[in-house]
Amino acid sequence: MTGNPQLTADGRLRHLLSIEGLPAEILVQILDTARSFVSVTEREVKKVPLLRGRSIFNLFFEPSTRTRTTFEIAAKRLSADVINLNIATSSQTKGETLLDTVANLTAMNADMFVVRHAESGAPHLIARHVGPHIHVVNAGDGRHAHPTQALLDMYTIRHYKGGFDQLRVAIVGDVLHSRVARSEIHALTTLGVPEVRVIGPRTLIPAQVERLGVRVYHDMAQGLRDVDVVMMLRLQNERMDGALLPSAQEYFNHYGLTAAKLALARPDAIVMHPGPMNRGIEIESSVADGAQSVILPQVTFGIAVRMAVMSILAGNQG
Amino acid sequence: MQLPDAEQLLERLAAAIRPDLQPDTCLVGIHTGGVWVARRLHALLGLSTPLGSVHVAFYRDDYKTKGLAAGVRPSELSFDVEDSHIVLVDDVLYTGRTIRAAMNEIFDYGRPTSIRLAALVDRGERQLPICPQYVGAMLTVARDQVVQLRRDEATGRLRLELLAREGGR
Repeated sequence: MTGNPQLTADGRLRHLLSIEGLPAEILVQILDTARSFVSVTEREVKKVPLLRGRSIFNLFFEPSTRTRTTFEIAAKRLSADVINLNIATSSQTKGETLLDTVANLTAMNADMFVVRHAESGAPHLIARHVGPHIHVVNAGDGRHAHPTQALLDMYTIRHYKGGFDQLRVAIVGDVLHSRVARSEIHALTTLGVPEVRVIGPRTLIPAQVERLGVRVYHDMAQGLRDVDVVMMLRLQNERMDGALLPSAQEYFNHYGLTAAKLALARPDAIVMHPGPMNRGIEIESSVADGAQSVILPQVTFGIAVRMAVMSILAGNQG
Repeated sequence: MQLPDAEQLLERLAAAIRPDLQPDTCLVGIHTGGVWVARRLHALLGLSTPLGSVHVAFYRDDYKTKGLAAGVRPSELSFDVEDSHIVLVDDVLYTGRTIRAAMNEIFDYGRPTSIRLAALVDRGERQLPICPQYVGAMLTVARDQVVQLRRDEATGRLRLELLAREGGR
């Protein structure tokens, strides 16, 4: 038995819970497989029969339209049956009821759970309690991880930049509260990106983030200089009300991505955003819709990457 | 056991296919060895139609037991499959399961008028009702052995090799 709960005894991917701890070979296998699924989605028949007869439950304990929809499309293109459950949670809902939900769905012959939860670790908890034929995909848990978002971002970077080993990548914004940022940092360093930067105000950069192998910048002009990839993060509206930020306008002045700031990056730099965007707060509209933006291709690639993840997992029985 | 010379088999296969060619016949190779054979046949036959390739990993019938193969490559069928004449090309024809998977994949691109099957080597032991129209050579091989096509990177020349079957894939 390996120490990583995501892997089978012989090191194959059984659950996708976080990028942390996964070897580069598994990440590359997912990206390579996704490339073949991109070509499937360009055909007349956009489906393959791999998961025919399997039931995939989208368990969304936290609202999300885009991520849930792309998982649903991906599962349907693999010929699986998809059941969407949007479960409104109260603050009292904790471990036991979560596992009760899962036990009930397992009794309905579920084969895979795609889990979005406001609590970090919820997908891990589920993965620990399901039978050996059931697979769990983390679709975002608390501040912890959002591995499929990171993988589709890696796919996008490889698509436009050809590889990882010569790149300078900047992640900009609220790194502290971002599960996307955490997964991206692990993915970028695992795939061999030599320089990963995080840029943001001191209040939104976690202490000791340098331990993850990144350089910290608090100034956009310095941080964006000569980067190949700019990964913007969504600024959660609720952060505005607290003491962390003075105002949306001031945030935009310092950390919003404008054409003038983007000009400091390399001329062929790409601009990414996991969505949904706050136009005029973390990114200027003309940049979001500009020639260097790859934000919409990210969404398209996201379906192929999720198809790759689900088809690899479902084929690896514990 | 003496294996036949793959280069001679290619010539033989091309000669067998040539009389049946239509102006719009398209060759489709099955990854990986079938693509090598199809590429060589395409040149030997002087075809100008696009050369197709399929990687049947998404259609295999052993996914449930073996999982998804690593190193999946995109299939490329850049011609209109609807109403086309296809010669499907593989290196070693055995159980016929790969051919079934390849045909299923092709039909997700459209409905061809005809599909014919060419194999460099046919080692028999079919498990499905699949029959090739063009064969380079029949070969009798023990079940615990694998016939594998190799390609010399520098010259592009093909040769056959006999290996012991490993567990798994």
